[in-house]
Amino acid sequence: MKVLVCMSVVPDTTTKITFTENNTHFNKDGVQFIINPYDELAITRGLELAEANSGSVTVVHVGPAENEASIRKALSMGVTDAIRIDALAIDAQFVAEQIAEIAHGYDLILTGRESIDYNGGAVCGLLGALLNIPSANVVTEINYADGTFSFTRDIDGGREMLSCKGPVVASAQKDLCEPRIPNMRGIMAARTKPLQVLPPKDLINASQVSSYESPAPKSGVKLIDPSNAQELIHILRNELKVI
Amino acid sequence: MHFQEDESVRMVRQTVRDFAEKHIRPDMMVWDEAQHFPVDVFKGLGELGLMGVLVPESYGGSGFGYYEYAAAIEELAKVCGSIGLSMAAHNSLCTGHIMQFGNEEQKQRWLPKLAIAEWIGAWGLTEANTGSDALRMKCVAKKEGNEWVLNGAKNWITHGISGDIAVVLARTGDLLDSHGITAFVVERGTPGFSGGKKENKLGMRASETSEMIFQDCRIPEENVLGNIGDGFIQAMKVLDGGRISIAALSLGIAKGAYEAALKYSKEREQFGQPISNFQAIAFKLADMTTKIEAAELLIQESCDLKNKGKNVNKVSAMAKYYASEVSVFCANEAVQIFGGYGYTKDFPVEKFYRDCKLCTIGEGTSEIQKLVISRAILKD
Ligand SMILES: Cc1cc2nc3c(=O)[nH]c(=O)nc-3n(C[C@H](O)[C@H](O)[C@H](O)COP(=O)(O)OP(=O)(O)OC[C@H]3O[C@@H](n4cnc5c(N)ncnc54)[C@H](O)[C@@H]3O)c2cc1C
Repeated sequence: MKVLVCMSVVPDTTTKITFTENNTHFNKDGVQFIINPYDELAITRGLELAEANSGSVTVVHVGPAENEASIRKALSMGVTDAIRIDALAIDAQFVAEQIAEIAHGYDLILTGRESIDYNGGAVCGLLGALLNIPSANVVTEINYADGTFSFTRDIDGGREMLSCKGPVVASAQKDLCEPRIPNMRGIMAARTKPLQVLPPKDLINASQVSSYESPAPKSGVKLIDPSNAQELIHILRNELKVI
Repeated sequence: MHFQEDESVRMVRQTVRDFAEKHIRPDMMVWDEAQHFPVDVFKGLGELGLMGVLVPESYGGSGFGYYEYAAAIEELAKVCGSIGLSMAAHNSLCTGHIMQFGNEEQKQRWLPKLAIAEWIGAWGLTEANTGSDALRMKCVAKKEGNEWVLNGAKNWITHGISGDIAVVLARTGDLLDSHGITAFVVERGTPGFSGGKKENKLGMRASETSEMIFQDCRIPEENVLGNIGDGFIQAMKVLDGGRISIAALSLGIAKGAYEAALKYSKEREQFGQPISNFQAIAFKLADMTTKIEAAELLIQESCDLKNKGKNVNKVSAMAKYYASEVSVFCANEAVQIFGGYGYTKDFPVEKFYRDCKLCTIGEGTSEIQKLVISRAILKD
């Protein structure tokens, strides 16, 4: 089984987000970057499936050289080899089209349900369309038997079970698995695993960021004395107008 | 520290952080309270390769150097010193002694089990009446035929009860003769070898510390490490490296306490402002971070020299001495910054405050480190 996992690199979840150049660029200064947490799940489940079916896992990343530390982390988790497409990821369309160039010959292609920075959540579906293969979005289970992949998705009020033959693309949701922690041997091995750098395909930008805006700061918590129910009712009724 | 760290050191740190957040932080106060030594956590560390960080890959270890090793202990200690201490004792002392002084057959026999924590290791030098003054040890080994018969007790031994294997230093020659001590490997289950009293400690409570008792314990000749009479010299060399791990343990505790205090000082308000606005508090933080960085530099120098195979006797004593005193300083100041909350078990600094004190005592007290340093500088 050949698995391809699409991996993005995102600011650490504790990062304080600020913008530069008149709010048109994200300020990377002093920011720690990590593997997108949903992609970490995709890598882990990809590895589990490949290991159970004597397969291999390739990771592909569209991004600059400075993200190679995160690619090495993926290799240390047990990934066989990696491809970096040397371009700044502009939007989901751009990323999907770059990945589609190299995504042939794999039985299973995995992405995260979304990257936790721009939260697009579109690469999985776009890849399905570009490669003309089935796609299963936001899955919590992936299994494989007798040449057939089966997926479980949470849907409103229940679950949906899907199955199809490969190649297929799916995006990983929270409960898919526990992310694997790289062991020392994996870290040592990652030093020498192949990391291929490819030039990007020439594309015209489909979109462009005009500006970013931070959410309004949350208003503080108002503590009301338990004995003062009257005040609580007053606020709920007259200030917040919820009752 | 702002020198560019090697990629593998950063990855080791991340692995240890992830493991500690998931498998140590949620339960550490329960273990601390109950003095529970969580064997399964060590098996988990073993699976990750952290119980044989320095062991070559050919013996089933991870094959890393001292930078990765020190980083791993530091990261564990930022969360829980006890687990860091046990990891250090297993790696540096028991495993380290066999790795440095065992013959090929002995290394093949024991290192693969130790490197994955299938077996947990102990190392016995200290006795009830001989700590700093180890040469006066009473534990004796007498040769009978092809065997050595061991009698006596070792005290303060990390994993003295739960260890599956112990390296034991015993007298085979005259009292006070530095060539009168030999190192033996004793496997758990050997008749005459038992665990004794477990100490009820101030800190490092999830790291088991106990007595090991030997009563007519027969040890085959092939379990002798190196030459008869070399044990004391071997032990001093093992401790030279071991001190780096206690320095890293100290650094982790110091950083854990500092980071907690820094965060708290920005959140806690008194007199209408964060307490970090008060110079008295800000200066404490300045002192803490300066000392931490200085300690880290000494540790890095020790790691660098050790990786190059150079003598680290003086510099590792300096690193251990300084870093351990810094950890006590930082934990103390952290409790002060937390005020009354720092005195409770609801905040982490209380535990750092108790755990850190071991660092100025174990593997040679601060006074003994100063002896080592002063001897080194006065010898020529
Ligand atoms: C949690 C824990 C785990 C341990 N694990 C192990 C282990 O796994 N294996 C092992 O073998 N040991 C272990 N030890 C023992 C430890 O190494 C000793 O406690 C340490 O070496 C000090 O010895 P002591 O306690 O007998 O103190 P002592 O030697 O009695 O020292 C008492 C005081 O006198 C000072 N002093 C002694 N001699 C001198 C001198 N010449 N000049 C100036 N001052 C001096 C000391 O610095 C100290 O302040 C452990 C101890 C602890 C607390």
